Amino acid sequence: MAELEAVIGLEIHVQLATRTKMFCGCELSFGDEPNVHTCPVCLAHPGVLPVVNEQAVRFALRIAAALECKVAPRSIFHRKNYFYPDSPKAYQISQYDIPIAGAGRLGDVRIHRAHLEEDAAKMIHVGESGRIHGSGASLVDFNRGGTPLVEIVTEPDLRSAAEAASWARLLRETVRQLGVSDVNMEEGSLRVDGNISVRLAGSEELGTKTELKNMNSFRFLERGIEAELARQRELIEAGGKVEQETLHFHPEDGSLHPLRSKEEAHDYRYFPEPDLVPIAPTEAMLREARESLPELPAARAERYREQLGLPEDVAALLAADPETAFFFERVNGEADDIEPRVVANWVTGELAAVLRQGGKVANASDSKVEPESLAALIAMVHEKKISHSSGKAVLVALVLEGGDPAAIVEREGLAQISDSGELESIVAAAVEANPEAAEQIRAGNDKAIGAIVGAVMKETKGRADGGEVNRLIREQLGA
Amino acid sequence: MSELLALTALEAHRAMVAGELDASEYADAWRGAAAGDELNAYLWRDEGGDAPAIAVERPSIAPVAVKDIFCTEGVPTTAGSRILEGYEPPYTATAVRKLLEAGAPILGKTNMDEFAMGSSNENSAYGAVLNPWDRERVPGGSSGGSAAVVAGGLAPWAIGTDTGGSIRQPAALCGIVGLKPTYGAISRYGMIAFASSLDQCGPLTRDVSDAALLLAILQGGDRCDSTSVGLPKAPSLPDREDLAGLRFGVPGDLTSHAFDPGVRAVFESTLEKIESLGGEIDTVALPHAEHGISAYYVIAPAEASSNLARYDGVRYGTRAESSGDVIEMYERTRAQGFGAEVKRRIMLGTYALSSGYYEAYYGQAQKVRTKIAGDFENAFDQVDFVVTPTSPSVAFKLGEKTADPLAMYLNDFFTVPMSLAGIPAISIPAGLAEPEGGGPKLPVGFQIAAPAFAEQKLLNAAYALEQGIGFDARPEGVSNG
Repeated sequence: MAELEAVIGLEIHVQLATRTKMFCGCELSFGDEPNVHTCPVCLAHPGVLPVVNEQAVRFALRIAAALECKVAPRSIFHRKNYFYPDSPKAYQISQYDIPIAGAGRLGDVRIHRAHLEEDAAKMIHVGESGRIHGSGASLVDFNRGGTPLVEIVTEPDLRSAAEAASWARLLRETVRQLGVSDVNMEEGSLRVDGNISVRLAGSEELGTKTELKNMNSFRFLERGIEAELARQRELIEAGGKVEQETLHFHPEDGSLHPLRSKEEAHDYRYFPEPDLVPIAPTEAMLREARESLPELPAARAERYREQLGLPEDVAALLAADPETAFFFERVNGEADDIEPRVVANWVTGELAAVLRQGGKVANASDSKVEPESLAALIAMVHEKKISHSSGKAVLVALVLEGGDPAAIVEREGLAQISDSGELESIVAAAVEANPEAAEQIRAGNDKAIGAIVGAVMKETKGRADGGEVNRLIREQLGA
Repeated sequence: MSELLALTALEAHRAMVAGELDASEYADAWRGAAAGDELNAYLWRDEGGDAPAIAVERPSIAPVAVKDIFCTEGVPTTAGSRILEGYEPPYTATAVRKLLEAGAPILGKTNMDEFAMGSSNENSAYGAVLNPWDRERVPGGSSGGSAAVVAGGLAPWAIGTDTGGSIRQPAALCGIVGLKPTYGAISRYGMIAFASSLDQCGPLTRDVSDAALLLAILQGGDRCDSTSVGLPKAPSLPDREDLAGLRFGVPGDLTSHAFDPGVRAVFESTLEKIESLGGEIDTVALPHAEHGISAYYVIAPAEASSNLARYDGVRYGTRAESSGDVIEMYERTRAQGFGAEVKRRIMLGTYALSSGYYEAYYGQAQKVRTKIAGDFENAFDQVDFVVTPTSPSVAFKLGEKTADPLAMYLNDFFTVPMSLAGIPAISIPAGLAEPEGGGPKLPVGFQIAAPAFAEQKLLNAAYALEQGIGFDARPEGVSNG
């Protein structure tokens, strides 16, 4: 059988970090006591009417600008009708056939649309199943009900689980940098669902898709899609057919379970929301959205590649997080005579490693190392004033304590041994102490040189230049 | 005392301003009158200090009877439904708040067809309202309680809501004035929704001047209602004495249909009265208006099916006992809480919005609605007003039409087109007619419709016609008025 190709589209719900809810004046919250952020409107008392949150519209326009979407001159809200206790009106106000944002693109993935809607309330099912069926009782917390959401729907342009997860990360960083959402997957302010199908490689037709929900981390997103792709491939290869259904991913064991039909969509009886007038963004609002855009990761990575000559992976790594990118640019600005590639390697390599070791400190800007100090340190290594390994030791000190790298080198006695006589005698002693290795080197076994270099480094506490030590060993052994 | 209550709200207001009438004493007198309700017109009455949240410390205008569809903080608000029995809203509707701010105390909450669905007030879960002219007859609906209290001397004036005729038709059947303003003139916030794109608050009053005064208090855009805009200018009291230079269009497409001969006689004599006041009568075409009822009974139930979905027993109102899951609790609560007409319309509306039927029903009805609005625009190029009888018949007997929903729906034949077009229309009492089958004469309403936001012009013409007609009949035994 020909190879089955994965076809993946994503639906991303972004909770907007506005001050108040989508259609009423209640403040947004996370983790507060249940049902304290409620009012007649978001509890759907008789007679109440929704009023569109203008800030949410502005945030949606910012997302639309970042995703290069076409903005509808007049978009409208619809009612999506369904009975469920998380929806006090028994309908969700959402956008249907005329969303605020139409076709766009982020990276290699086309955006189908993005629309505004309100979040449902949070259900807590008491009992073993954790779901409404079979639970002893269900509780509703309306604090979340009515939180503004932007739902972003991609075209089915992704071709693997890893690609989907990596693109979702790019989207998260992009939205984060717009300042419109906390984009925290664990807290649910970013929720990613997958539309997943497979087809014969090279085919243009789309296979039957399933919808995959409840993946609350990028790791689970990748694992969930992976599992579903495997299930579909197995099914088709065994001669079966994929049924259109919604599947719930269980992170505990990586299993997939279909949602019971009652919990699923039936006929939502969409019709235009008569309580609201169309959203018609003014030219000023559109301009404000465009002008408020920071440089986004994709554009920044491109600039690093083209203007600084960084390799693609390093550029993407640096560009993803704006604070890292900003730090890198400051170091690079201070390090005049050093190639950006070298600076980038220090930031993504040595510095990132030290920061990871620290555990708590996740970002260079939160540590004590100043961009000027790092630039000076890189220069010292580059000019061979200190060895590379001494450089790493100084960097640890800089991250923890800050300060001037030259002073640290002085204090720790890490300056490279520049007196050639001193180094020659240390090398001679090391050769003498390792006769076997010396013999092998003379016999032409180059690998044996490591033992003598190691001895020299141990003696000098890493202050010797590795290249120079190598040269002296060969010179003394006539190799 | 009855002399005091004989004043119109405007006359009383003028007397208060002149220092000749103590507003608090006047309000108390009306509380006394309201306490004598034998029409089942009030569902709740303020017997003095019963509702601190809506108390008016220094009244300065006549107290108002409010249809029980307006949320009123701390006061039972049922919309005539069992499902909201015992519900006391935590907030007050904008229209009611405006009354309170104007210094008008709330006399009480008036009975109505359940969720404003009905034309006879027989669909109230709390019993039918009796027509003060003949207690064996209906007062019309759905604002039947509000019409009955004004006609029956139980309130100086009242507010109601009109979705397809629910202010105008009961006003006609009770011999009073009822105004449905332009859609968007008055905030709908806090008004329990029946059909959101049609519902509009309006006054039910003894005369046109009172309607203008009440409209002036109620109108205005509201931040809490995105569809409200208010009137371009606050209405002033009408003072026009003649109709010279004004053209009144009779839509043959509607009036050629059969309706009560007695109503037709009054309609025709009113047209003559218009001419005698200097007005001109023309014929206008409203070719799509006769399909109004069909379109209305798709659109209104469709919106209602969604608006009424929130009554599920979870957060407020009655909850049925249930041993099963939450879905079963919903089903039982709604089965027990809603009356037959409400259930009928929820089912009609749910069907009309269903996938596969949407275009054939809801989509098509919206197209008809657009056509009807276009008809009126064309008509208003030729004439200043469109006039019709308000209702095809005078007040009918209790129980007469309950078995035949379609016959009941046809009560709205003349009023629904204006609702679909969103334009203002007023019903004024134009005379008396014998009901079909004989009996004492009953009031007949005359409807005048105007272009959107032309309320001032409408009130001026209605006032001139009202003066010309000089309708002064009152139900037997009613001296307050």
